[in-house]
Amino acid sequence: MTVYNRERFLDQLAGQLGRDRRTSAERPAYSVQPQERVFQGADQDQLLEKLKEQCKIIHTNCLVTTADELGETLRHVWDEDHIQNIVSAGGPRLEAYGLSDIYETMRQDGYHVHVWDEQEGRKNVTTAEKAGAGIVFSDVTLAESGTVTLFNDRWNGRSISLLPETFVAVIPKSTLVPRMTQAARIIHEQEKKGVPVSSCVSFITGPSNSADIEMNLIVGVHGPVKATYIVVDDM
Amino acid sequence: MSIKIGTKTYADRIQEGIDNTFMRHAVSSAQGRFRTGRLKAAEELGDWEDWRTLGEEIRTHTMENLDYYLYQLSEQVEKRGGTVFFAETAEEANTYVQKVAEEKQARKVVKSKSMVTEEIGLNEALEKSGCEVVESDLGEWILQLDEDPPSHIVTPALHKNKSQIRETFVKKKGYTKTDDPEELAAFAREQLRQDFLEADIGVTGCNFAVAESGTVTLVTNEGNARMVSTLPDTQIAVMGMERIVPTWEELEVLVSLLTRAAVGQKLTSYITSLTGTRLENEVDGPEDFHLVIVDNGRSKILGTEFQSALHCIRCAACINVCPVYRHVGGHSYNSIYPGPIGAVLTPLLDGYEDHKELPYASSLCAACTEACPVKIPLHEHLIRHREIIVEKEQKTTKAERLAMTGFAQWASTPAAYKLSTKMAGTVLKPWTKDGSIKNGPGPMKAWTAARDFPAPAKKSFRTWFDEREKRREKDDRL
Repeated sequence: MTVYNRERFLDQLAGQLGRDRRTSAERPAYSVQPQERVFQGADQDQLLEKLKEQCKIIHTNCLVTTADELGETLRHVWDEDHIQNIVSAGGPRLEAYGLSDIYETMRQDGYHVHVWDEQEGRKNVTTAEKAGAGIVFSDVTLAESGTVTLFNDRWNGRSISLLPETFVAVIPKSTLVPRMTQAARIIHEQEKKGVPVSSCVSFITGPSNSADIEMNLIVGVHGPVKATYIVVDDM
Repeated sequence: MSIKIGTKTYADRIQEGIDNTFMRHAVSSAQGRFRTGRLKAAEELGDWEDWRTLGEEIRTHTMENLDYYLYQLSEQVEKRGGTVFFAETAEEANTYVQKVAEEKQARKVVKSKSMVTEEIGLNEALEKSGCEVVESDLGEWILQLDEDPPSHIVTPALHKNKSQIRETFVKKKGYTKTDDPEELAAFAREQLRQDFLEADIGVTGCNFAVAESGTVTLVTNEGNARMVSTLPDTQIAVMGMERIVPTWEELEVLVSLLTRAAVGQKLTSYITSLTGTRLENEVDGPEDFHLVIVDNGRSKILGTEFQSALHCIRCAACINVCPVYRHVGGHSYNSIYPGPIGAVLTPLLDGYEDHKELPYASSLCAACTEACPVKIPLHEHLIRHREIIVEKEQKTTKAERLAMTGFAQWASTPAAYKLSTKMAGTVLKPWTKDGSIKNGPGPMKAWTAARDFPAPAKKSFRTWFDEREKRREKDDRL
């Protein structure tokens, strides 16, 4: 935890800029703010429609369900791909959406459901690597791009949304916002208040892909090959 | 590798590019797709010109206060448990990374795509320290196996076709399946997964650092950058010193511009923002985080007329519209930064001596300037480079300087000018057929090798004009 060579380096920059070193900078009032106009005034239902439309473009299955039917929906998603091993994010939202009970029932039915547990350390990663599906909760959902924002933390390890072939995001409808502008603002406001940003913020838009071979779109490279969003009406 | 990728001459490189039919076909089809994607994304978003203006304002403000924002960034990274190393040169950066690798007794390093590490030649340095270095971006992995340099900054293996890629996989990795891109990619997934899990160190680049929170943001599609920053215990992020924004609010705008301008996506599959080390109760992500901030010639651009070249967000939109790149391909530029931005940036970073031809690899059509999402006046920079090369650097050939001196004398001597315009037709007659010259002599050869040159008119303009005036006087008198 050290900073090396800073003074020499920054003095050189200030010198090139023909002035003394600056110890503060005021962000200018930018002359235009087009980002504010995207889906301005849209309500949650309209944003959900936008999300559904975008999901078609990003090769992502978008399902809408209620909290009561979330268990059935999840089971349907797994069965469709014959997935037996599942790794899920934990934390307070597990209870809030009744997922603890759902997972318990599923375990009795022969599924292996692992809930991320910091006590188990790196074993979580090994389990995630073998799992067929990873389940996470979206913290902020961007309608325009079809993006799930994850503030990765002790309950939501980075591996869950990365290592299994199928990526499943549970999206509370209330988390829908127009675009990345609103998510960035939340983080910026928190920073200003002195609440530090999470060690990893993952903006995830559908499955992994590449166009590196002759510009052909290949869906599923290093990350998940398949993505499903389950929007839960929580409003 | 360094910024320069080979030793062949400019003329040889161009000829190779022009003769490579597959590459030219691949490039023109890719340019078409990229361009359509970008235009469609811009139209869908609306207010594109406002977005570009905002992008330019953000970049201008950030560069003008770069010392402050880099200070803030380093403070924040340190606060979040990271170590920051400011490197003035490529050597300093490499030595630092080697030192970390040695301390960790690292044997395997996995990398995600990063132009700046190509620029400083980090892979070679790490290999010298006894590390196995694995590039994990699909395109970069193909190039690494084939020991070939990148030809495009977004899709580095654009110049290769799938059967060439298959052959490389067969030869180097014992691949047995077809050249179907899906199968090739599935093979890469399977091969590289083990590397990710075994690696001691993950090396990433940085698309945008956020000063206010000490965050490094990576804009990717394949998921390899997430692997590299999730699985190894040590992460080293290397960034060019200009790749920074003040706050998350600016980050969001530049990311939106980058993904649209680069590939026409609203956002790429993964925008990953990493801040320092993993927290105490977290189990994945690095426990040791290093940020290396690289100057390597960039500060010399600051405060000069070329400062806006540092605004570049590496989207390659200028490359994707360039008619010259379309015909000669990325390797002709002999720089890891090809296309219009490469022609502007490479001489600034690496000097005119080895790159004096690059500013001429442009038709000055200004398509690049129009495509740039942060409004860098690329073609104007190219013109300025040419002026400097001719006037200050005297980097033109002796023959050209002699010819120009001769031209000046000739054109300012009315008698000589008159005589030669009168004689041109006669002198060139042996090479003239049906009003055009198909195989010209001496200096005309280069031109007529590719296209016809119109034969000089039988009468010079001045003779024709004199005769016309005489006729009119005569008519007036009648």
